[in-house]
Amino acid sequence: MKRKIVKEDVDSQVFNFFNILLMIIFTAIIIIPIWNVLISSFSSGKSLAEGGFALWPRDFSLENYRAVFRDDSIWQAFFISVAKTVIGATTHVLFCAMVAYGYSKKHLKGRKLYSAIGIVTMFFSGGMVPTYLLMKSLGLLDSFWVYIIPALLSFFDVIILMNFFRSIPDSLEDSAKIDGAGDWKIFMKIYLPLSKPALATIALFNGVGQWNDFFTTKLYITNKALYPLQMKIYEIIVQSQTHTMQNIGASVVLETTAKGVQLATIVVTTLPIILIYPLLQKHFLSGMMLGAVKE
Amino acid sequence: MVKTSITLQSKSNIAVERRKKKFYSGWRNQWELQSMILPGVIFMIIFSYIPMYGVLIAFKHYTVLDTFSTAPWVGLENFKIIFTDQYFWGAMVNTLGISFLKLAFGFITPIILAIMIHELADGPFKRMMQTVSYLPHFLSWIVLGGMLITWFSTTGLFNDLLMSVGLLSKHQNFLLDEDKYWWIATLSDVWKEVGWGTILYLAVMTKIDPTYYEAAKIDGATRLKQIWHITIPMMKNIINLNLILSISGILGSNLDQTLVLMNSQNQAKAEVLSSYVYRIGMTQGDFSYSTAVDLGTSIVSIILLLTAHKITKRLNDNESII
Repeated sequence: MKRKIVKEDVDSQVFNFFNILLMIIFTAIIIIPIWNVLISSFSSGKSLAEGGFALWPRDFSLENYRAVFRDDSIWQAFFISVAKTVIGATTHVLFCAMVAYGYSKKHLKGRKLYSAIGIVTMFFSGGMVPTYLLMKSLGLLDSFWVYIIPALLSFFDVIILMNFFRSIPDSLEDSAKIDGAGDWKIFMKIYLPLSKPALATIALFNGVGQWNDFFTTKLYITNKALYPLQMKIYEIIVQSQTHTMQNIGASVVLETTAKGVQLATIVVTTLPIILIYPLLQKHFLSGMMLGAVKE
Repeated sequence: MVKTSITLQSKSNIAVERRKKKFYSGWRNQWELQSMILPGVIFMIIFSYIPMYGVLIAFKHYTVLDTFSTAPWVGLENFKIIFTDQYFWGAMVNTLGISFLKLAFGFITPIILAIMIHELADGPFKRMMQTVSYLPHFLSWIVLGGMLITWFSTTGLFNDLLMSVGLLSKHQNFLLDEDKYWWIATLSDVWKEVGWGTILYLAVMTKIDPTYYEAAKIDGATRLKQIWHITIPMMKNIINLNLILSISGILGSNLDQTLVLMNSQNQAKAEVLSSYVYRIGMTQGDFSYSTAVDLGTSIVSIILLLTAHKITKRLNDNESII
């Protein structure tokens, strides 16, 4: 490594110096705000009121987190978030894989028609109101299943899985067919186990989408027992904002307590994603490649 | 000859019959395969095609008391209202303004960042750079919105930073100032997505044959020249593709971002088409008019996509990239 640097000419060294410098500045721009939120969530209302820029909590305090966890509805929302993420991602990936297996077979009767039906859904949609009316007539309003059922299939994911399935050698399938296996058996016993990386990528992407989604709740859910964490934060933010605007300068104590609770809720909501992030990164890179191949 | 007694009509009928029979027997033989794909097709018909049909309420006068079939037809009445609706045009101006700013700042930065990451020597620093730059993409807009509200509040991070370098003399809440909204929306979006945008570019760059760089080095090309003459031309196709997609998405503004950052003070500059559709449709219950606005927006978006595709196709010597 060292010898290599010596060998490089001055131009390259200057370039590297500025490149690394800019990269460090860029990292700081990403990390400092996130870090600031994290450490502020551990500050007391008093020190939050004083303001000032800090990279370390001046008075370490767990009062914000105590306030968050004292609220039973947070636990309820956490449970809903986990349930819709796990159930949603699993059913989505299995359903997409099943359909993609069908699409991946060139001898499928009616394949042209089925493809046309799928491709149209990628470019056209009914929009917000007609979709709302459909959910209403299907009885999905104020139901947990509105998180799961309409999200079962995405044609884009079907295409990615279909491309992956095509890369699995036909000979495996042929030999299974000679042994008398049908398509369902081949799908379950050969394709699913061999496609773990692709399935994991799509499940992770879909899971992150489910975890972060709040608009489905805002549109279709009024029952607070079905609120996920994202909707919970949204409520806290809206409340604290209207509160701030009504009482500009009036009640600093209340404002900062609300702020602390808001920060702690943000951390609690984001932590699961940050924790599975290293695991995620390994998979999504290969997943993006799968998507890119299609283009 | 027997053939002469059969008219052309019935001849083709027989062919169709035979093909039908073949189709059905083939279909029966692959019932397992069909049983796997049909649930998906039925799903798409219910969840995509029925709402597409439902778009027809844009041509009706739909009130809460009506059902789809009882609501009276009004033709283009709802579309005519659009032209005199000042809130619609306000939302249109904001959507275009924010989208162009996002395009100007958000399109180039991932390319530059990808090149800079690509130029780093392989090792832990490069890997860490990638990890850090992808991270904000995984924060939801609601979480990021909450953070932005804290950062931009009178006692927040942003005030403190600007005060400490002397750019600001008095504490202020940036999100309550409507003139700053477009910039907040743009820069926060760039901050969130710039790293994520590099992934495809990096994927393309790792596939560039290293001998090009070696040859350029022997010819005495500086690093910047190598980037300009090798890296960027090699990415032309993927850059064009991304440009087409961004241009077609110009009317599709970020709904989550708007819903969390918009407040009564900045609404005049923050309202975008999608949040307007949501507001008139879902909170004010004007289903027909809201659907008309939504439909109009989608039609313009599709025209934009086709136009952008045509232009880049011409620029690329008729080489289609979609």
